[in-house]
Amino acid sequence: MKVNKMKANDMPTANQTLDEILSLASVHFKVPREKLHPDEDFFIALGIDSLQTLELLTRLEHHFHVELPDYELQGVTDFRTLAGKIQARL
Amino acid sequence: MSVSSPAHDGSALSWQVREGVIEVALHREPCNEIGSLALEELEKFAGVLEGLPGDAHAIIIYSDLKAGFCAGADLRELYQRSQAMDKSAALKGVRDFLERIHRVLNLIDAAPLTTIAAVHGVTFGGGFELALACDLIIADKMARFCFPELRLGLIPGFGGIPRLKRDLGNAVVRDLLLTGRSFNATKAQQMGLVSQVVGEGEALRAARATAAQLGKFDRETAAAAKRFIKPIPHEELRREIDIFCELFSRPAVEAGLKKFVESTEAQPYLP
Repeated sequence: MKVNKMKANDMPTANQTLDEILSLASVHFKVPREKLHPDEDFFIALGIDSLQTLELLTRLEHHFHVELPDYELQGVTDFRTLAGKIQARL
Repeated sequence: MSVSSPAHDGSALSWQVREGVIEVALHREPCNEIGSLALEELEKFAGVLEGLPGDAHAIIIYSDLKAGFCAGADLRELYQRSQAMDKSAALKGVRDFLERIHRVLNLIDAAPLTTIAAVHGVTFGGGFELALACDLIIADKMARFCFPELRLGLIPGFGGIPRLKRDLGNAVVRDLLLTGRSFNATKAQQMGLVSQVVGEGEALRAARATAAQLGKFDRETAAAAKRFIKPIPHEELRREIDIFCELFSRPAVEAGLKKFVESTEAQPYLP
């Protein structure tokens, strides 16, 4: 499954942002989309380590055309909160 | 070294000559951390730079590891060695290490050939500083850069601040150094740090294509242009070593190193 890339001038809703994060994570970390849930701990759901966390961060920045300072994401563990952080920068 | 001499195959890095280009591959797991072994091999490579023949025109430094270009200094080795000796001996060891890595990076910085860092993935701390010593940085779109040293109570010690200031200016240095945030290749290109951003897995190919282009120019002219535009900031580099060593002797650094070495967090480079 391919995740449609955001265009720079698109402004998705919060739910769309969340959905795109789940789809992107599913594709790149090879976890079935239906197994990922918004309030789930994405470190556990995706089984990612610190290097892969950086990869996820970079992929999200490219996909949404935003810059996500790591310190804003420190302590963020679930997809929904992550989506909120991204939404705030769109 | 003659460009036809045998390739070097080390434990931390290897080099070979390919169509007039010296290609240096970093390959020490987990992510090319620069400790005593890598330093020894970098010094061997620096010896090559001091006797370059006329038929080589470029150097490419890249990583063979999926994780990234280089995660910086080997903090685990630094911590373990510091624990095994008294404070003054540890400080002397750190200063000696810094003097040696500065010699190597100054030689790479001033090499009479055009140097290209082909980076991907983690390009943090000393790895970022190694890339900064090169003339051009070509980045895979998944490359990520960071100066995380403040989390340890330190400043970058491999020449990063003076070189970044030389290349981009003081405001950029302050931003990256004082926030310790990481940033991607697109941002790095917007800053003027990265010359080309390429697709995933394409950095080495793009670096080779660029090196082939460089080979079309007269080497003496290219070297003269480089000497003119890229002075080595020797005074600030010396001061950087002094400040690093002053900071290193504080208890906060030992605590920061311990926290990092023992961390199981997803973002261990953050304070």
